[in-house]
Amino acid sequence: MAPPLMRSPMRSPLGRAIGLGSAKEGVEHWWAQRVSALALVPLALWFVIAIIGLVGADRALVVDWVRHPGPAILLVLLLIATFYHGALGLQVVIEDYVDNKTLRFGLLIVMRLAAIVFAARGIFAVLKLSLGA
Amino acid sequence: MNSDPRPLSPHLQVYRWQLTSVMSILHRASGMALAAGAILLVWWLGAASDGPEAYAGVQGFLGSWVGRVLLFGWSLALFYHLCNGLRHLVWDTGRGLELRSVYASGWAVVAGTVALTLIAWIAGISHWTR
Repeated sequence: MAPPLMRSPMRSPLGRAIGLGSAKEGVEHWWAQRVSALALVPLALWFVIAIIGLVGADRALVVDWVRHPGPAILLVLLLIATFYHGALGLQVVIEDYVDNKTLRFGLLIVMRLAAIVFAARGIFAVLKLSLGA
Repeated sequence: MNSDPRPLSPHLQVYRWQLTSVMSILHRASGMALAAGAILLVWWLGAASDGPEAYAGVQGFLGSWVGRVLLFGWSLALFYHLCNGLRHLVWDTGRGLELRSVYASGWAVVAGTVALTLIAWIAGISHWTR
């Protein structure tokens, strides 16, 4: 007996098992957003506490602070996680609101590159402060 | 073309505001604000590594009224996105999705955001005037 029409999927059993749907992607993005969010929970809390400790500090104190390996490593991790998580989030915003395909494509590339450039600038600054003279 | 008198999808101007939808919108808005704030962080670190003059420039901006308002807004956005992000992560495990829990956790996020922002600024100001 043939299954009822409503329950007869147009998709092959293999397609259903893989379960990616017509978009073919998205699960990785979803996971990456969550994992980077989890990483940012302790990093953001540490950063806020560290910044409160630096209120009113002059440059010498800040430089001395970044010179320690702990803050330097955590700052680099914070920059990576922040710009990675931010790029994933901004990607969804652009995909949701920018209707024009060409503009959307362009904005996605510019946004990604900008996130990489800013992250690189920040990491370079931390390394220079931490390792430099 | 539209001869069917069925109601259309919600017109935003007559749509009653709800905690749930406002918080959802704010999560995205605070995320975008934090992306801009991340650039401020890079500017600050870059200036610190460039030398005393560049650093004085950033400090001058952050110490101005505009700078302080931005910092306050950024801290508010950070704590909101952090608290509401944790709410989302709990939802992702399939928990807390009943309407009552959604509202309870929503108000908890609002309270947590206000509390954390106040604690951070009180701690910062008391550290500064120490």
